[in-house]
Amino acid sequence: MDATSDTIESFVKSEYKYGFVSEIETDAFSPGLSEEVVRRIWQTKGEPDFMLDWRLKAYRHWQTMEEPHWPNVIYPPINYQDYIYYAAPRPKKKLSSLDEVDPEVRATFEKLGISLDETKRLNNVAVDAVLDSASVATTFREELAKVGVIFCSFTEAVKHHPELVKKYLGTVVPHNDNFFAALNSAVFSDGSFCYVPKGVRCPMELSTYFRMNTAGAGQFERTLIIAEEGSYVSYLEGCTAPMRDTNQLHAAVVELIALENAEIKYSTVQNWYPGDEQGKGGIYNFVTKRGKCAGRNSKISWTQVETGSAITWKYPSVLLLGDNSVGEFYSVALTNHRQQADTGTKMIHVGRNTTSTIVSKGISAGRGQNSYRGLVKIRPSAAHARNYSQCDSLLLGDRCGAHTFPYLEVANSTATVEHEASTSKIGEDQIFYCNQRGISTQDAVNMIVNGYCKEVFNHLPMEFAVEAQKLLGVSLEGSVG
Amino acid sequence: MMDTLTQTDREPATAPFLAGELGPGPAWLQSLREQARTRLGEIGFPTTEQEEWRFTNMAPLRQWPLHAAEAGARQVGPADIEPFRLAGNGYCLVFVDGRFRPELSTLPGPGAALRAGNLRAQWDGDGRELQPHLARYADEKANFFTALNTASFEDGAFVSVPAKAVVEQPVQLLYLAASERPGAAVHARNLIVAHQGSSVKIIETYASLTSAPHLTNAVTELALGLEARVEHCKLQNENERAFHIAAVQAAQSRNSHWLSHSIATGARLARNQIQTWLVEEGAEAILNGLYLARGEQLIDHHTVVDHAQPRCESHEFYYGIMAGRSHGVFNGKIFVRQDAQKTNAKQTNRNLVLSEQALINTKPQLEIFADDVKCTHGATVGQLNDEALFYLRSRGIGAGLARRMLIRAFANDAVERITLAPVRAQLEQLLTEWFESLDTSLSSHDR
Repeated sequence: MDATSDTIESFVKSEYKYGFVSEIETDAFSPGLSEEVVRRIWQTKGEPDFMLDWRLKAYRHWQTMEEPHWPNVIYPPINYQDYIYYAAPRPKKKLSSLDEVDPEVRATFEKLGISLDETKRLNNVAVDAVLDSASVATTFREELAKVGVIFCSFTEAVKHHPELVKKYLGTVVPHNDNFFAALNSAVFSDGSFCYVPKGVRCPMELSTYFRMNTAGAGQFERTLIIAEEGSYVSYLEGCTAPMRDTNQLHAAVVELIALENAEIKYSTVQNWYPGDEQGKGGIYNFVTKRGKCAGRNSKISWTQVETGSAITWKYPSVLLLGDNSVGEFYSVALTNHRQQADTGTKMIHVGRNTTSTIVSKGISAGRGQNSYRGLVKIRPSAAHARNYSQCDSLLLGDRCGAHTFPYLEVANSTATVEHEASTSKIGEDQIFYCNQRGISTQDAVNMIVNGYCKEVFNHLPMEFAVEAQKLLGVSLEGSVG
Repeated sequence: MMDTLTQTDREPATAPFLAGELGPGPAWLQSLREQARTRLGEIGFPTTEQEEWRFTNMAPLRQWPLHAAEAGARQVGPADIEPFRLAGNGYCLVFVDGRFRPELSTLPGPGAALRAGNLRAQWDGDGRELQPHLARYADEKANFFTALNTASFEDGAFVSVPAKAVVEQPVQLLYLAASERPGAAVHARNLIVAHQGSSVKIIETYASLTSAPHLTNAVTELALGLEARVEHCKLQNENERAFHIAAVQAAQSRNSHWLSHSIATGARLARNQIQTWLVEEGAEAILNGLYLARGEQLIDHHTVVDHAQPRCESHEFYYGIMAGRSHGVFNGKIFVRQDAQKTNAKQTNRNLVLSEQALINTKPQLEIFADDVKCTHGATVGQLNDEALFYLRSRGIGAGLARRMLIRAFANDAVERITLAPVRAQLEQLLTEWFESLDTSLSSHDR
């Protein structure tokens, strides 16, 4: 038993390796939020008028809303006036090529393992790098432009493709959707925009890497991905933040639109700073992610590996409107220290023969609290809809918790909905079996956890799968259930 | 309290009934009632905004001309009782419109292995046996109707099984609604105390002799002593205009065993709150349920299994069959507290949807704070298996009969867990009638 508590201790103490702070010259607003701040963000970004209307509409609506407290998480009240709503690296001059990116910014991303140098990259991934409120670089743009794929920062999209932004912005997550989405709509500063034209299979993985740097800044980014008829795109997202002892707010919105026969695959490895052992500091990750399968035979797949953030509050959802459309959700959520996660998905079946699959794997350790909250809703119109959900929890240590709140709402008799859940720990017999065959306890735990998560990792693109596996491996070093 | 008053001001007809007028009883009971009435105000009348009542809208109840059911509104004789009697040569406590009717009941004599009677007789006596248990287990803090019941109930059944007594014949608590005046309401209250090492089987039946809309708000508390074994079968088949709200709360001591059945087929709206609290090590609970809904019925089951101590086991099986435009709600919670290591908890909810307009909301919920546990839950919603139907039809069985066979097989899982033969027999008959009523809609399905 002693060995067990020792190893759990060392696990709890494993360090966050992305916690450094970069010295980058930044332009930042002073803390506070008002209509004036919303206007200044709009002005600073030089956006067209329709954006101001939209932002103000959202801001005014947000003021009438109350912060939701139904998630199974506990945190002190947030003072929205304490945050900085805009912080961006100071532009030295207008960039004409990637080589002119501020060396300090470049170094920051190098340190995170994200090279902004196209020639250095072996893997075929285009990156949009976002630091605090602004996108600093987007790689491989020309190559993508050749096939007609638009991949750029949101700011650029608003400037160069206002018609697309105007057409799709807020169509999946409206400005008044929920408290945090409304806040985001009012003050979002940047993000990624991607448009894949009809019949194009995007030749490389697209990715955005989010980095918070400035102290006291909230990050509000917005991602919009549109896959036209018959197109395909795979998109990855990664996030880290420095170690600070105050809580930073991250309220992002992601909107995906898949038209007829289109497919969007969206993967996230979220590793925001989780706070220290005592639960001091860390990111509040309050995110709204939703995809719309608008056309027939369209498909949206969410894969997420959530290891960071002090509090995670996130439900990537799919609206299955088109007949035969498919929604998928694969998730691994790990909570240790005093991390709390309330995460899951919503699958709203509207079209006929729509299918959804949910696989959620929760791992709780230390004093972590992990909740799965999911909704499967079969509308009367969704004849022959099919859902399969599986949510498993693994507990490491006796001070952590695992909770499941699945909602199944079925209003069509031809639908088939199945939900299964289990909670367990790593059994002594399993460890013994491995030990007996000469596998150390450490390796055994890693093997078991990796096996447990494999179903989800299998859905990650190669590069991310490796990263995710490493991430869990490091976190679980020495932990025996 | 203020809240309830202001709310009920708007509907004067219903106001006095939902305000929690205090029922009779000695001082100790009055103070419990006072407490409950204070809670009423704190909780407020449930709305669909509240998570626990999200799918079950109680608002129509407030439009009703509710009034406490009057005594003797209708003559009820032994012939009226006979069809509902299931206890064979066991005991039967009959309540008509909430009033205890000893002349219709079969009560244990002085030398019997157990004591059974009405609560009022107990508190009119010294009340010594009630005091440690009554209103100690039921969850008044969160449930408006439970608090309302505690504040207002006028009578109910009391069953006490002494230590080591093994009672073979079942004890039936029979609640009949007879009043023809719409809106008659009864707060039924039952207390079952099974002392150390005892064993008893309880059948709790709710039915209507009238076709007028009525409200039943029942609360049953069961205290299971060390190694006690209780089988509790709740049968609810009230008329299809009635509102039925019930809470069953068990508290289980070390190594006790509770087998609970909830069979719900009646009422326009039925809400069953079945809860057990595993207070000591080694307790075991089996929660079994079957709900059949048709027409415009709404049948709601909220179950809670609270594992507070190590090495307890719980198994839960709830089966629903929905036809017509009915609505089924299931919400099963399993709590495993921090000390409850080596818990083994299983929960299954299966729903069969027979019509296109039926609606199901199910939410199997696990909340686990201990690590050395085995917990699983599963929920399914589906229709009859086409392959199974084809298999039967390919062997010359007509479509209608094939369907019926499959539905019966589905329900059978729940029926077979009941050890009481007369209950099973009545259930078989009830199922047959139920299927016959559906036959028209089923066969139109085939065409």
